[in-house]
Amino acid sequence: MPVWIQLVYLACGICFILALKGLSGPKTARNGNILGAIAAVVACVTPFFWADLHLKHVPLIIVAIAIGTVGGVYGARTVQMTQMPQMVALFNGVGGGAAALVALLELHDIVEAGGHESWFNLAATAFTIAVGSVSFAGSCVTFAKLQELMTSRPVVFPGLPVLFGGSLVAAVVLAVLLVNDPQMWTGIVLALVGLLVGLLLVLPVGGADVPIVISLLNAFTGLTVAAGGYVLSNVLLLIGGTLVGASGTFLTLLMARAMGRSVTNILFGALKGGSTLGAGEASDRPVKSVNPEDAAIMLGYADRVIIVPGYGLAVAQAQHTLRELVDVLGEKGAQVDYAIHPVAGRMPGHMNVLLAEAQVPYEQLREMDQINGDFKDADVVLVVGANDVVNPAAKTTPGAPIYGMPILNADEARQIIFMKRSMRPGFAGIENELLFDEKTSLLFGDAKDSMGKLLNAVKAL
Amino acid sequence: MILATGVVWLTIFVLSVFVGIEVISKVSSTLHTPLMSGANAIHGIILLGAILVTGTTDNNLALVVGLIAIVLASVNMVGGFVVTDRMLQMFSRRKPAQKPALPQKDESTGGAA
Repeated sequence: MPVWIQLVYLACGICFILALKGLSGPKTARNGNILGAIAAVVACVTPFFWADLHLKHVPLIIVAIAIGTVGGVYGARTVQMTQMPQMVALFNGVGGGAAALVALLELHDIVEAGGHESWFNLAATAFTIAVGSVSFAGSCVTFAKLQELMTSRPVVFPGLPVLFGGSLVAAVVLAVLLVNDPQMWTGIVLALVGLLVGLLLVLPVGGADVPIVISLLNAFTGLTVAAGGYVLSNVLLLIGGTLVGASGTFLTLLMARAMGRSVTNILFGALKGGSTLGAGEASDRPVKSVNPEDAAIMLGYADRVIIVPGYGLAVAQAQHTLRELVDVLGEKGAQVDYAIHPVAGRMPGHMNVLLAEAQVPYEQLREMDQINGDFKDADVVLVVGANDVVNPAAKTTPGAPIYGMPILNADEARQIIFMKRSMRPGFAGIENELLFDEKTSLLFGDAKDSMGKLLNAVKAL
Repeated sequence: MILATGVVWLTIFVLSVFVGIEVISKVSSTLHTPLMSGANAIHGIILLGAILVTGTTDNNLALVVGLIAIVLASVNMVGGFVVTDRMLQMFSRRKPAQKPALPQKDESTGGAA
């Protein structure tokens, strides 16, 4: 490999580090991302200028890149901001799939060359094939769950733990076989078993925990790419993949901590059973419902209002109307803030993105730790399209899927208005006691529709 | 004295692990999603590996598989960076909140793909 290419790789590796560094600060994030993109593009162009490599099939390769680029840009630009988590999952999955395919091709070359390779190199090949397939299949399941192509509740069937354990053992056995005697079929079966492991890994995970799984699979793909870099003797793949693997693992732990869960509990909690609380139980209990005019009076004469926005707000596209409502309440002299739960929306920070899109001033967005002490002084809490993040079961009901997750203390406010489409439970699939609290009034209807009525009623006061 | 090749690789790997953890250790929860998405785009660098493997094969089946890998990897890399930029745009747009949406600068005047 020419020295200039190695130096380009070094420069690109440094850019990846700076990109991650940039992405972790609000002011530098955008430039960090752009820097990472430039480095990635430069690195991928080098093979075309590497004379001694005699790169073949150049037109076909360029066509393939063009197809992928068009697909990626189209997906990234047209996806609704609300559906962005599943888009990230999908991008992650195809990356893992690509890494597994690359490793299979490398295995093919090794077999053609007579199979004489160091055991470590073969082990790295086996790792790339297996974990890349896990990441691909797992990401496809997370996509299906978030897109609601399948149920978002944990899918558990008798024998699943045995099947999962069996396929893990099979993967290890196949990997050992591959190291001892590199054969193409072993690699292909290993990829198939990897797909099965990925499927079984994600199926039992409940919808609310899926974002953490996306982050975990992201770290998996990073490690896969790193191992692929070792197999191909490519330093940049090793650096880039390892950076993502390490930071992704760390980020997964941070996210899990923000939700008060452990990663093993998220992955295997449903297998232990006992977390099927409130499957439709008691949903015909009496609740207090309210019309927009009465809700407007409660809001219009309050001094302190806290808004708890959730995913339902974004789905109904009501965030612009909500901002107008907050502006009007502000003019009437009320102090209004948005309480943002770390995992409001579908992923950590997702709600900030959605509200920023509606041009809500950044200062009004308060993080959970800052605002949780304010709820007891709030006259009215308006919960719009959120559910699990204010569910007291997280504090009071051991065994509930969300038990231990820090929640917003909406139950401490003097009055609570819940805007809800129906009595359907939240994404975690459990009943919310707060709905039946005597301080709670429910405003039924589509969030956008109700929000418009509420806005007009407040203006008319 | 020359380091054994395997040790060089191990050194790069271990140092990268530490750097990877260190650089993001102070991230605020607001940025978890864009950070995950940006990291996701970076592992799209597997595209480089896919190009190298595909461009050096003579086997037709391997060529087809390699081209599929290139398509998948470019979706990962390009899509990942574009979607991350879209998310981050939402954050930076909060300053000119008073003004109506600025007309988007469009450089691509059609054509050359």
